[in-house]
Amino acid sequence: MNDDPTTMNDDTTSLSRRNTMKWMTLTGGVGIVAPHLLGRPAHAQKRPEKPTGRIVVGLSQEPTVLNPLMLKIEVDDGVHFSVFDALFRVMPDGKVVPNLATEVPSQTNGGISADGLNWRIKLRDDVKWHDGKPFTAEDVKFTLELIVNPKFKAWRTAGHSLVRDITVVSPTEITWRMERPFSPYIAFLSETFMVPKHILGGEADPNAAPFNQSPIGTGAFRFVRRVAGDHIELAANPGYFGEGPFINQLIFKYIPDLTVLYTQFKSGDIDLVGRQYITPDNYAEAKKLPARVITLDLSPSIETIFLNQEKPQFKELAVRQALYAAIDKSAIIDALYYGLPKPTESFMPQQSAYYHKNLPKQSFNIQAANKLLDDAGWKRGADGIRAKDGVRLEFTNSTTAGNHLREQMQQFLQQTFAGIGVKMNISNLPAAVIWGEFWAKSQFDSVVVGIVFLIGNDPDVTNRFHSTAIVAQGGRGSNNSQFKNAEVDQLLERGTRSFDPAERQKIYARIQEIVREQLPFLPLFSEQSVRGYKQGIHGVVANGNTRTEAWQAATWYRA
Amino acid sequence: MSRFLLNRLWQSIVLLVLVSIIGFFVLNLIPGGPMAQYALDPGMTQDDIDRLKAQMGLDRPLWQQYLDWAWRLLQGDWGKSFRDGVPVLDVIGRHLFATLLLMGTSTAISMALGTWVGILGATRRYSVFDYAATIGAMVALSIPTFWFGLVGIYLFSLKLGWLPAGNMYTIGDQSVLDYLHHLILPSLVLSLVHVASWSRFMRTATLDVINQDFVKTARAKGLRESRVLMKHVVGNALLPMITLAGMQLPTLLGGALVTETVFTWPGMGRLFLDSLGYSDYPVVMGLLMLSAILTIIGNLMADIVTAMVDPRIRLA
Repeated sequence: MNDDPTTMNDDTTSLSRRNTMKWMTLTGGVGIVAPHLLGRPAHAQKRPEKPTGRIVVGLSQEPTVLNPLMLKIEVDDGVHFSVFDALFRVMPDGKVVPNLATEVPSQTNGGISADGLNWRIKLRDDVKWHDGKPFTAEDVKFTLELIVNPKFKAWRTAGHSLVRDITVVSPTEITWRMERPFSPYIAFLSETFMVPKHILGGEADPNAAPFNQSPIGTGAFRFVRRVAGDHIELAANPGYFGEGPFINQLIFKYIPDLTVLYTQFKSGDIDLVGRQYITPDNYAEAKKLPARVITLDLSPSIETIFLNQEKPQFKELAVRQALYAAIDKSAIIDALYYGLPKPTESFMPQQSAYYHKNLPKQSFNIQAANKLLDDAGWKRGADGIRAKDGVRLEFTNSTTAGNHLREQMQQFLQQTFAGIGVKMNISNLPAAVIWGEFWAKSQFDSVVVGIVFLIGNDPDVTNRFHSTAIVAQGGRGSNNSQFKNAEVDQLLERGTRSFDPAERQKIYARIQEIVREQLPFLPLFSEQSVRGYKQGIHGVVANGNTRTEAWQAATWYRA
Repeated sequence: MSRFLLNRLWQSIVLLVLVSIIGFFVLNLIPGGPMAQYALDPGMTQDDIDRLKAQMGLDRPLWQQYLDWAWRLLQGDWGKSFRDGVPVLDVIGRHLFATLLLMGTSTAISMALGTWVGILGATRRYSVFDYAATIGAMVALSIPTFWFGLVGIYLFSLKLGWLPAGNMYTIGDQSVLDYLHHLILPSLVLSLVHVASWSRFMRTATLDVINQDFVKTARAKGLRESRVLMKHVVGNALLPMITLAGMQLPTLLGGALVTETVFTWPGMGRLFLDSLGYSDYPVVMGLLMLSAILTIIGNLMADIVTAMVDPRIRLA
């Protein structure tokens, strides 16, 4: 076949296409592709005139929640992004762009008042629900009110609970007042999908509405059916107001096992590997698969070791610093994690515009670690374990039982920590147990955990680091390491009140510096997911600011 | 007969109440609970989690939750799934067909094949066939199903490309042939284990009968060997198998946890695993009660059928 010129031509074009796509996806992940160019790649001319073909996305958990406002998990997002629209959308580079709104409100354009309290949103006038009814400001008002309806099983209410006096000015304009200035609300709204008032408005119990089983949105795809335990079928919405869709059918297929997910990607049963993607141990093999495009994409999840600041062992900064210095990050990444993760010093994802690039770099140094502990007066006992004022440097480390990579890392750490006179015991618990009260109420000594610190792409981390967010001390939030720092508290409060990007940049840079210095947790690395799709699929761009690979399936096409 | 049934009914009710109490409390005592999976969701505050717990009624004392659940169940309300808000019976109904198809096919294959292998093994005891069947059964029973499944997929899907690598049908096709095509591998993998156990039971049952006096009498009367075998030996050897078959009923509808996972078969076994993983209490309890009811019905049916075919037994 090699002497057949047509075949050879095909091969070369598809190869270059593949490389282009690979480049696009990689750069998309770190935010070089400008938002207006997204989905308009060099091969735009090859997009079909009308929606053609089908793409099957494989997911390792089953999407079951079809009402985008109800309690849900990550995999549900793919369906929601495809069937619904929000007021705004966050792009891979962190920029917020209008979706159902015509502009992103700011203090400069007058959408947000100088005191940050009064918001005015202008809406598109050309949007229709899948049943043909027009989308208006009434739907926005209804959606925002439904979320805080005490009877409604809403997913999360942060930000929404501050909204007061929602007023529909005209079908394309809506205003409201905030209880206090809250800049992260823009990011929260980019994950708040609008639902139709004319369908849900008349329901006595919104939790039991038929809509929750067959949703109607404004998105690029309309809902066709859900086969429980198997798949969800969506079809192109030809009247979509935005770009696309270019495929006729979008399927989210549930494949309950990661090995099987990869096998069905190899066999061709699924076209695109979705969450939880390809396991790192299969990366080397996947790269060599014929007619498949494999990409590495930074995940917003940061792998960390949380140290409970209220435990006497961890109260002293020198101990936390010594433990951090005794971690051989590169050995862990290369030997255990197939070299995939990227080391980090911050809780801020590296793809965020607020990521602080110049934090001090950790380096593995046993002597330095020992010196820190010696200087701080931690003396080795007869058994080689250090102690000071009756406190032994011994603690328990826990993580999800059955996570083999983490279990190996724990054993590795156990050995290096022994070298600095610290005894680490390992006690792992099943997922449902460890992430229950044990975690929420800070009952642990230390925990290995992968955490997404941000909501959407907003840099606000009040929930994680403010002293009033410690549940174990009567607070409300997820400050599980019980970190307390007056300056961070103040900065966090200023950060949510400020709408000035330059000022916020400074605030969150300073917070990252303090957190890096104080080490309420030891930052290890940013995870990278191994993703893949069939050659011939175009327009796939990863977006680390969302939780799904299908955040803009509208621009996917097959050629 | 009616007194027998009445007695059975009372026993069954007591049994069901006990099963439900133990099941409900054990399930709720597992630490974590339905909200634990949201602990790492960045936007979920403790307020949100507490609010949702109250909305789901999980903040009440356990005995109150149980009584409420049991009272609703008596009125025919099995509750709604925490995951998708669908009534539990509907959730189960949506997974029933897949499981019936897979388990029905594999049970039919394994009963037919197992019975045949068992009889042949018993009548030709210590022959090459008998040894081969014995060793084959041991191997099939000791190797885990998921391994068979993965090897099957590797060989017949990835290497040879003859059979699909799982799923119940091709999305967009769904013809009868397509279903059958997808059914071959998982039903054979599942049958392998069942043939093995079924044939061992059948072999033992046949051996119990084969040397009894009435068989010798039948032979002495000059009956043809095939008639002796079919009528006198197999007929009697099948009696204990009816009880075993009755106990298969809950398995038939309960699905196969491992096989359904490996072959991405959307049946009851996977529903059970997923519901446990999500702490979807209403669905797990529904499945538990269903399987308890089926076990009772299966046993009852086995007793009645045995009484019907065995003139020595009278139900009283």
